[in-house]
Amino acid sequence: MSEKKVIDARGTFCPGPLMELIAGIKQSEVGEELEILSSDEGSAKDIPEWINKVGHEMVESFESDGVWHIVVRKSK
Amino acid sequence: MSSDKISVVVVSASRERLQMAAMVASVGAVSGHRVSIFLSMNALSYFVAGHNPADVPVEGEFGKLLVSRNAPPFMDLFEQAVELGDAQIFPCSMAMDILGLKQADMVPYLQDPLGLTRFLDDASGGQVWSF
Repeated sequence: MSEKKVIDARGTFCPGPLMELIAGIKQSEVGEELEILSSDEGSAKDIPEWINKVGHEMVESFESDGVWHIVVRKSK
Repeated sequence: MSSDKISVVVVSASRERLQMAAMVASVGAVSGHRVSIFLSMNALSYFVAGHNPADVPVEGEFGKLLVSRNAPPFMDLFEQAVELGDAQIFPCSMAMDILGLKQADMVPYLQDPLGLTRFLDDASGGQVWSF
C-alpha cells in the first residue's frame, strides 16, 4: 500500500481545507489515503460531513496541538 | 422537485456577501448538488479578466477579518466550484450589455451570458440563494 498523501491546509479557513482535500482526492487513486491538516475547527467538523455525504471512507480524525488531522480513504 | 439543484444569484459588491455566495456555491458544487450561479449588478465587474479583487469594499468588521485572517479568496472559491464540482457560472446578459462587456472580457471559467427568463426556468424546483 502506498504512503498516504498529506495536505497541509493549516492557516486557512472554511471551506479552504475542504477544497484542498477535494483537489487532492481528484488526483488520487481509489483506495489511496489522504490526511488533511487543518487549524480551523469549523473545517474539522465540516470535512467529515462531506466525506460521509459523498461516500468516501473516514479513517480517523484527531486533534493534536491545535491541529486537526483528518484521514480519508478515496472510495470511488 | 429536484433538491439537488442550487441556484445562486449574486448581485452585491461587498466582500462579505461575495464570500458567502462563493462558499455556498463551492461547497454545494462539491457535495452532489448541481449549482448555477447568476452574476449581475455590482457583482459582475469582479469577473472581468484582470480585475484586482483586493479593492473589494467591506460592509463591516468581518469583511476586514476575512482578509487579515487569510480566508480563501472568493474568486478562488468560485473557480473551484467549477473546476472541482458541478457548478456553472453565468453572467447576466442585461448586465453585460449595460457594462459593454463581451464574453472575451471575462474570466475564462464563465459560461455564455444568460437571460433571467432562462435562469429562473432552470432554477425552478430547487434551492435559490441570493447575495
